[in-house]
Amino acid sequence: MNTTDKAVSAFVSLARPRRSFLSKFLRWEWFLVALIALVVIVNSRLSPYFLDVQNLFRASSDFMEMGLMMLPMVFIIVTGNVDLAVASTLGMAASFMGLLFNNGVNIWIAAGAALLLGVAAGLLAGYLISRLKVPALVITLGTYAFYRGMAYVMLGDQAARGYPASFTYIGQGTLPGAPVPFSMVLFLSMALIFGLVLHKTAFGRYLYAIGHNQEAVVYSGIPVARVKVVIFMVSGLMSALAGLVLAARYGSTRPDIGTGLELAVITAVSRANALRHGPAEYPG
Amino acid sequence: MSENTLRLTNISKSFAGVHALRGVHFELRLGEVHALLGENGAGKSTLVKVITGVHQPDTGEIYLNDRRIHLADPREATALGISAIYQELSTFPDLDIAENIFVGRRPTLASGLVNWRRMYRDAEQLLSSLGVHLDLKTKARYLSVAQQQMVEIARALSVNARILIMDEPTSALTLNEVADLFQIVRRLRENGTAILFISHRLEELFEIADRVTVLRDGAYVDTRSMNGVTQEELIRMMVGRTVKELFPKKDVKVGEVVLRVNKLTRKGAFRSVSFELHKGEILGMAGLVGAGRTEVSQAIFGVIPADEGMIEIEGKALRITSPSQAMECGLAYVPEDRQHHGLVLPMDITDNVTLPILSRFSRWGWLATKSAQQAAYDAVTQMEVRATTVWQKVRELSGGNQQKVVLAKWLSTHPRILILDEPTRGIDVGTKAAVHSLMSELAAQGIAILMISSELPEILGMSDRILVMHDGRVTGLFNRSEATQEKIMMAATQAV
Amino acid sequence: MTTNTPALSRPSLLSLFARFRELALVGFIVLLIIVISLQNPRFLTFTNFRDILLDISILAMIALAQGMVIITRGIDLSVASMLALTAMMVAFVVKAFPDTPLVFTVLLGTASGAVLGSINGLVITVGKVPPIIATLGTLGVYRGLVFFYSKGNWINPVDLPSSFKQLAKAVPLDLPNLVIVALIVAAIAYVFLNYTRAGRDIYALGTNPEAAKISGIRTDRVTFMVYLISGIVCGLAGVMWASRFEAAQTNTALGFELQTVAAAVIGGVSMLGGIGTVPGVLLGALLLGIIQNGLTLSNISQFWQLAVQGFLILLAVILDSTIQQRIKQTAVRGAVK
Ligand SMILES: Nc1ncnc2c1ncn2[C@@H]1O[C@H](COP(=O)(O)OP(=O)(O)OP(=O)(O)O)[C@@H](O)[C@H]1O
Ligand SMILES: [Mg+2]
Repeated sequence: MNTTDKAVSAFVSLARPRRSFLSKFLRWEWFLVALIALVVIVNSRLSPYFLDVQNLFRASSDFMEMGLMMLPMVFIIVTGNVDLAVASTLGMAASFMGLLFNNGVNIWIAAGAALLLGVAAGLLAGYLISRLKVPALVITLGTYAFYRGMAYVMLGDQAARGYPASFTYIGQGTLPGAPVPFSMVLFLSMALIFGLVLHKTAFGRYLYAIGHNQEAVVYSGIPVARVKVVIFMVSGLMSALAGLVLAARYGSTRPDIGTGLELAVITAVSRANALRHGPAEYPG
Repeated sequence: MSENTLRLTNISKSFAGVHALRGVHFELRLGEVHALLGENGAGKSTLVKVITGVHQPDTGEIYLNDRRIHLADPREATALGISAIYQELSTFPDLDIAENIFVGRRPTLASGLVNWRRMYRDAEQLLSSLGVHLDLKTKARYLSVAQQQMVEIARALSVNARILIMDEPTSALTLNEVADLFQIVRRLRENGTAILFISHRLEELFEIADRVTVLRDGAYVDTRSMNGVTQEELIRMMVGRTVKELFPKKDVKVGEVVLRVNKLTRKGAFRSVSFELHKGEILGMAGLVGAGRTEVSQAIFGVIPADEGMIEIEGKALRITSPSQAMECGLAYVPEDRQHHGLVLPMDITDNVTLPILSRFSRWGWLATKSAQQAAYDAVTQMEVRATTVWQKVRELSGGNQQKVVLAKWLSTHPRILILDEPTRGIDVGTKAAVHSLMSELAAQGIAILMISSELPEILGMSDRILVMHDGRVTGLFNRSEATQEKIMMAATQAV
Repeated sequence: MTTNTPALSRPSLLSLFARFRELALVGFIVLLIIVISLQNPRFLTFTNFRDILLDISILAMIALAQGMVIITRGIDLSVASMLALTAMMVAFVVKAFPDTPLVFTVLLGTASGAVLGSINGLVITVGKVPPIIATLGTLGVYRGLVFFYSKGNWINPVDLPSSFKQLAKAVPLDLPNLVIVALIVAAIAYVFLNYTRAGRDIYALGTNPEAAKISGIRTDRVTFMVYLISGIVCGLAGVMWASRFEAAQTNTALGFELQTVAAAVIGGVSMLGGIGTVPGVLLGALLLGIIQNGLTLSNISQFWQLAVQGFLILLAVILDSTIQQRIKQTAVRGAVK
């Protein structure tokens, strides 16, 4: 039976798959990534802070860092949750790295520790969300303030600066022999991995299913709580990574680094998501 | 044409190329109970939604008292005195029971403010006329499927409609509740209300209906007087063939105990429930709505763990706290509430069927899409699901076909212990026979089956042993040979 | 149907909590008050509490409207921009015509708020744009209009007549006008959400939109209404803001929308729709106000303040939802009478 024949014939009448692997892959994967990129650029120019000059600068130049945070945000938004704390986690992780560096720790060790802190930050949020069974918005409203606050606690009114060139390369450098920024390569390879996980793995299926009917997924024997913890940990990790890239690009870290980026990230992802699903299916 | 009728002529309706109705005629007179019969996916619910203005027909006309009417939305139907209970549950989870009944028509005081006191009083009255006693301040979220069904019935009755439509109102109810409902239906009929009644339980139709209209594949077959037809004739009209045996129970030699439940207790739900389930056995679980059967099975499956007591699977004492753990022990649970617990409605058939077994199709997380599709295809084919493709969204399937997808989903997990909670709710006669023979087959292969059903004939016809619950307690256990309808009802009501 | 399930649930502390879902929040607030006032006796004084109330009045009003929107499964992110725009418009009018009667300024504010809110409502119901995207858009547009309208100019205290400044701050009954206005808004919201058909329809729509539609609720109308109300409340709040802070600026209330959402959800409004109460939202706003005020009075280092604030919000949420979960379990048990 082919696609055009939609009549319900009696009983056993299930057609074979109508979309080929390749066309499906192309349709979803690249469409999504391209859309997000597009939306971010359009978004940063049109709204919501298009008149706030400082923000405009930041939004267009912080694209790679935002992109890194957007990838896990897609996961989170697909499950019907949201992570308000991404930019705060970015700030906390970058500040932590700065603090360690100021105290004479090797920059790469400091960076590794910052990534771990990001994972821990996501773990805490994810654990509270699944344990208390509350919407992510409620918990991340708290962590949003808490993590940013910790950034101030760590650095106060100081700034960390003087990072070695080998480190600032990840934010400022380009590939040898080509004018392609390293951070863009980082983002694109991450985007590929996230896209594959979302569409080609069981984990990705779970995310969509949780977004539509969490209870049915629980009844299907899938450890929903664990899935949620994982996506928030990934979100923490990626936010911390974005923090490193941003600090590397600035060449310094202040505790307010990346402030306000969360709204742009969430906006971009929810727009792409709404465009893909149509308004009717959009949660909240 | 007599006065006071609802008449539909030549109604057709299709969804994206699927012909749900093709040139259907239907006539409903005041003062009659008119049954609508047809297989799953025959178009019954679609016809109902055309009458209530949820769907607009592609072709055809609707006449009320010989005046042509056009229904653009459900409000207009309500204004004309048409009230309906839809097949899918449509309660408001966060509103309490009373408000669920009166939503859209809350009584008000002279000041225009909502009269809560009157609302509770009227709700109390309505529900007790249905024999239901619930705390009216309970949120609908916390009700069982059957309880929600009763609330919806009360809602439809509260309108004082001239035309009352009930799409499978009894599919989750047991004898007692059905009897109460039918008493009210008869009273309404005497008062001249026109009633459209849908049910897959044929014996109910013979009890309550005056006439019956049969649909097949979206087309009109015939309208007959209930006095003039036999059950066999009706089945032939709707299926186009005869169904040999509704309860093809094989005799299986039962093996060792695989599931032992000892003094299981959860406060407010059930108390000290003990039983054993053997390999190859079908253990039926009977009881009235609210007896705690679903709660017990949910506790076994780890959805809401019990407070006290012990569960022993294949000789190992366990404390099951999550469905994933239960599945690892070889359990599967077909839940009662397919909408909320069984299915992810906006996803397609493949996704739904393979959800619990996705990990089997993945290697290092990578999904083998082809084999997952094949598995889904095989499972739904076996269950005789009617759909266009395995890519169809489950939401677009008819109620009975959705139920079949739930069955397919859990059977493809290949459990050793299978818990079925109202497995054939909303499934038509023909497929029901197929499901029963499949159950029998599975038992013969050595699977242990615990079957909750509100349909006594199903319990009596399929079970090796029958466990009866009342008020959260086990009140009877019968062997197949000694069980009778009377004995079970007695144990279920404790009307000694 | 079962008539008498064993009455296992004794009336307990938990059932009291179940009756008054806000008790957990009240408990936390009381605890907080005790801790802060042990640190700083100046905290627990009438004047300080009057200050707190004054501080949270505008937040509370808008959080109520926000909560109402969230109950329908929507969100209104344009609240702060609407507030800023009406504040600016009213302030300009008052500057140009210092003799404008106060009633007229209030009317002007609410009317322009109503227009802005209806635009949101229309985009969402007629344009079928998801609320978060629609109101993020108008958040930008309305803020842009503030710039456009003011050409970047600010209204300063000297520009405003003292009668207008007194609108929010006059203290007729031991409480400032603004607090009284907020209380009136809260009272109206309470009656509206609990005792009118339209108010109840908001809950019905939020808890099951499809069922609401087939039950004959005009869902689009209800949706439009909540955004309209949100606009009106923001308009009123805009007038009060201009009067209270004696100024209108291009960045008035920038980022305030997040606080209104926070107050609403901390107060127990569910992002999934259908759940939320007026007392809950008020307590949510009060909690935020007390934390803010307590931190200012305390001698906690400036660098620690934000972290402590976040920590306290987390603590409140954890406490509240732990208790809510226990209640849910009893509710599952107590359905049958
Ligand atoms: N919204 C929809 N989109 C696509 N197809 C639909 C939709 N609603 C119904 N159908 C199709 O129309 C046909 C008739 O469905 P309907 O729900 O009327 O069956 P039914 O007779 O009520 O069956 P059941 O006994 O299972 O309730 C089915 O094939 C179904 O898949
Ligand atoms: Mg149907």
